[in-house]
Amino acid sequence: MADFYEDTIAAAATAMTPSGIGIVRISGKDAFSVADRVYRGATNKKLADQRGNTIHYGFIVDQGQLVDEVLVMLMKAPHSYTGENTVEIDCHGSVLAMKKVLDAVLKSGARPAEQGEFTKRAFLNGRLDLSQAEAVMDVISAKNDYALKNALSQMSGSVARSIREIREKLIYEIAYIESALDDPEQISLTGYSDSLNRVIGEQKKKLEKLLSTFDQGKMIREGIKTVILGKPNSGKSSLMNLLVGKEKAIVTEIAGTTRDVLEENINIQGITLQILDTAGIRETSNIVEQIGIEHAKSHASNADLILYVVDSSIPLDDNDSQILDIIRNKKTIILLNKNDLVPKVTGTMLEKLTQFPVISISAKNNIGIDRLEELIKTLFFQGDIAFNNDIYITNIRHKKILEIALEKLIFVENSIAKKMSEDFYSIDLMGAYEALGSILGESLGEDLINEIFSKFCTGK
Amino acid sequence: MPVIKEYYDIAVIGAGHAGCEAALASARLGLSIIIFTVNVDSIALMPCNPNIGGTSKGHLVKEIDALGGEMGKNIDRTFIQSKMLNKSKGPAVHSLRAQADKSEYSRSMRRVLENTEHLTVKQAEVTELIVEHGVCKGVKTLSGATYYCKTVILCTGVYLNARCIFGEISNNIGPNGLQAVTHLTDSLKAHGVEMFRFKTGTPARVDKRTINFDKMEEQKGDERVIPFSFSTDPKNVQIDQVSCWLTYTNEKTHEIIRKNLHRSPLYSGMIHGTGPRYCLSIEDKVIKFSDKNRHQVFLEPEGLYTNEMYVGGMSSSMPEDVQDAMYRTVSGMENVKIVKNAYAIEYDCINPVQLSSALEFKKIKGLFSGGQFNGSSGYEEAAAQGLMAGINASMKVLGRNSLILDRSEAYIGVLIDDLVTKEIHEPYRMMTSRAEYRLLLRQDNADLRLRKYGYQIGLVSAKQYHDVFLKEKLIQKEIDRVEHTYLRISEDLQKILQEKNSMLLNSGSSLAELIKRPELDYMSLSAVDLCRSYLPQNVQEQVNINIKYDGYIKRQLKQVEQFKKMEAKKIPEYIDYDQIGNLRIEAKQKLKIYRPMNIGQASRISGVSPADISVILVYLGGK
Repeated sequence: MADFYEDTIAAAATAMTPSGIGIVRISGKDAFSVADRVYRGATNKKLADQRGNTIHYGFIVDQGQLVDEVLVMLMKAPHSYTGENTVEIDCHGSVLAMKKVLDAVLKSGARPAEQGEFTKRAFLNGRLDLSQAEAVMDVISAKNDYALKNALSQMSGSVARSIREIREKLIYEIAYIESALDDPEQISLTGYSDSLNRVIGEQKKKLEKLLSTFDQGKMIREGIKTVILGKPNSGKSSLMNLLVGKEKAIVTEIAGTTRDVLEENINIQGITLQILDTAGIRETSNIVEQIGIEHAKSHASNADLILYVVDSSIPLDDNDSQILDIIRNKKTIILLNKNDLVPKVTGTMLEKLTQFPVISISAKNNIGIDRLEELIKTLFFQGDIAFNNDIYITNIRHKKILEIALEKLIFVENSIAKKMSEDFYSIDLMGAYEALGSILGESLGEDLINEIFSKFCTGK
Repeated sequence: MPVIKEYYDIAVIGAGHAGCEAALASARLGLSIIIFTVNVDSIALMPCNPNIGGTSKGHLVKEIDALGGEMGKNIDRTFIQSKMLNKSKGPAVHSLRAQADKSEYSRSMRRVLENTEHLTVKQAEVTELIVEHGVCKGVKTLSGATYYCKTVILCTGVYLNARCIFGEISNNIGPNGLQAVTHLTDSLKAHGVEMFRFKTGTPARVDKRTINFDKMEEQKGDERVIPFSFSTDPKNVQIDQVSCWLTYTNEKTHEIIRKNLHRSPLYSGMIHGTGPRYCLSIEDKVIKFSDKNRHQVFLEPEGLYTNEMYVGGMSSSMPEDVQDAMYRTVSGMENVKIVKNAYAIEYDCINPVQLSSALEFKKIKGLFSGGQFNGSSGYEEAAAQGLMAGINASMKVLGRNSLILDRSEAYIGVLIDDLVTKEIHEPYRMMTSRAEYRLLLRQDNADLRLRKYGYQIGLVSAKQYHDVFLKEKLIQKEIDRVEHTYLRISEDLQKILQEKNSMLLNSGSSLAELIKRPELDYMSLSAVDLCRSYLPQNVQEQVNINIKYDGYIKRQLKQVEQFKKMEAKKIPEYIDYDQIGNLRIEAKQKLKIYRPMNIGQASRISGVSPADISVILVYLGGK
């Protein structure tokens, strides 16, 4: 992998907002020597002499002044995000610490990276396709520094994969039409429009599904959808208030007080949770309460994470088994509340019953909340909290292109309905195919000709 | 030893379909031309299929004709059957195809050549190019004779180091037993020309008297024949036609092929050249499409002068005994006698990326080339390039601008642009799917698209051009009238609608709206369109197409606008791609080889990504 840039750039790779850790990234030919000028390790070994893909513990020093305690990650070209020599300095996540570390690096020979420049280099070095690069750009500008899942999903190419699937179907149909036009004495198109109509219908549905994730994509940036579930009066609202830090839900001794869903965004060590408090789940004849319970269930089914609050002073009953049913396939943390009272339910029991992690808390006395936060963070970084759907469109350009492709397919349907001849279908099929290719940054090339020759036996 | 020295404006090497067009175009522009052939009896020889035209190739012939070429006129003089293909499809893919009397075709072209002023026909093998300081100055023949000229056009077809193979038999000869050309490749290589080795093949010719046509389906020509040439009077092409015949291979045929595959030079490794995927030998078809239990076979007459029939669909390089056996399994061919064996042919051609869009070698000025020598396949593709090479070689001699047709103007533009910008790995064949604006590039409007260029060049007469000019005016006027004509409900109108199974009207309708209905057209509504004046049929046809497909045509025109924008962004001829820092290495290498004329062309080069294009645009913008 060649370097296309002479200079070495550096910037904060995470947002300059308070968070658990902050990453300062250096990329370019001289990344290691730049880092060596500010880094002091336990031994006197230079980073430039170390192997790639290694992590080193040490300190950042600026003109003799200790700046921060850090972990330094080394990646050698081309085995890095940008495809260039890269050093990532994991420092403490305070804005001040990150700024100081970055300042030190910039004084040592790197120039500040322009917005999106790491991604641009990755793209120009062939490390990313266009859609991946754009998703990364999205993340860079996302307000939440940990709204990464969508980006990660695109990095592994899930959007690209589903678009490729649609394109494969389209090019097959175009090739079929074209081979028939090319060799009409051999390949007949009689009755073809019906089968094409079916294929178009299917591809339209796929495009519509991708498009429908556009708004959800926005939600991701809003945070992990977290739903608090539990029987009435188990302490859900108290927990919510504790997490949010203000009186939002109405907390009373009367069971069934929260009759609908309350929503709040909170930030746990840089991770945004979109947290929803729900009506307690129980058999009830109260219509309003019933509606609230239905809402709770439907939110639970869409949740990325469920916090199931159990009142440890009351034995489990039918209502609990109803809840267990709802959460069976969901990522769940069980909170054993009211640990100040005499326990009727124990953590071991629940762990055995559900296989979910259990944390003993007292919402009233603010006990165990820090453990909950730690656990959420761990789950997130282990990737255990997955977002609800794996395909998201977040980029407005992608949305536009998908809409164009959809429009072209509708044109094809109209042409079929108007009984136009088949050569008109392929005009718009090709339009859709090309549009979708532009998301992937792929140009048309010889795709069609290759498809015709490989799938259809034409010619004399 | 005294040797001949002569002087001409242009020397054309090869008198096949490319060479003939090149020589005729140049001579008709008043330049002195010498055309070389290894055998004057093989002028405009059709060594493979006995037809001209076909899907997309028919378009090329029409375009050649509109520009002032000869192919269309020559086939109109010598065809024995004609058919418009894809008539049930849209007008963009209608393609004319005519069966030729091969012998007549060749003799007729020879007559034209021999009777063209300033044109000298010479039977000799050209062995050497004279190149001085990167400029081509002439050619030498085997005898040592030297012909100095201002430009040279290579149209050597498949003759360079040609080798014909079937079974274990391999002969260093050209098609149809003609002499191969053995020295020129070395001379080209010595001047730094990069060569490819391609392969193609042809089926057997069989004796008509040994075929049982009762077991085959007859394929007749069209009742009303449409000529290829815009200057041929349709009345003169309504002749008695000969039929072709359709039959099929079967499992027995395939069994014989599979059993003898090890004896096929294709599979034994004896043939190294790259063959075309669109013109598979029957061996390839059976192996690659093993799920098909039969393949079509067309028996086509080679001409009126002979009993030979061409066995279309069954080209092969199997040994003689296998050929005999496999042809005889085909229904109706049980007792067939082979006149000429099927064979594969390997030949040298160039990597066409060495050419500019004017078909001139980028590194050897004054040297042009056209035809199969450029890596294409087919008579029509060859003729189209020959014509363009002839025009541009002449323009160079005359000190005028080259004629470069773009992809939105002509199939010829698509053909040449593909050859010079895309990496080809097999003989290149024209296809309608290669033309992204094919709705505009119809065979019916080739004159409207290209006559003006033919006229500017000097190959189309003022009268011919004026005729097209008037036609265009008539079309436009009639389209305007139709778009502003409203029909009231009348008994006559409802009757027409009923007859055509079209929805009856509740109130009046614009004429254009009715024409757009799939079951109606401009012609079928003439009885109720009272203000219509008499118009020639070709004008009516254009009016109909333009109104009927208005929406689609407008959309393509919009795309063309975008395309033209990219084509208009010129890249300086001497741009130094090394100066553009951010270009990826692969793109840089490709751009240095291809040296595209403009951004549009650059974007079509494989290996140049959209990001590279942005980088170049940014670079050019900064200049």
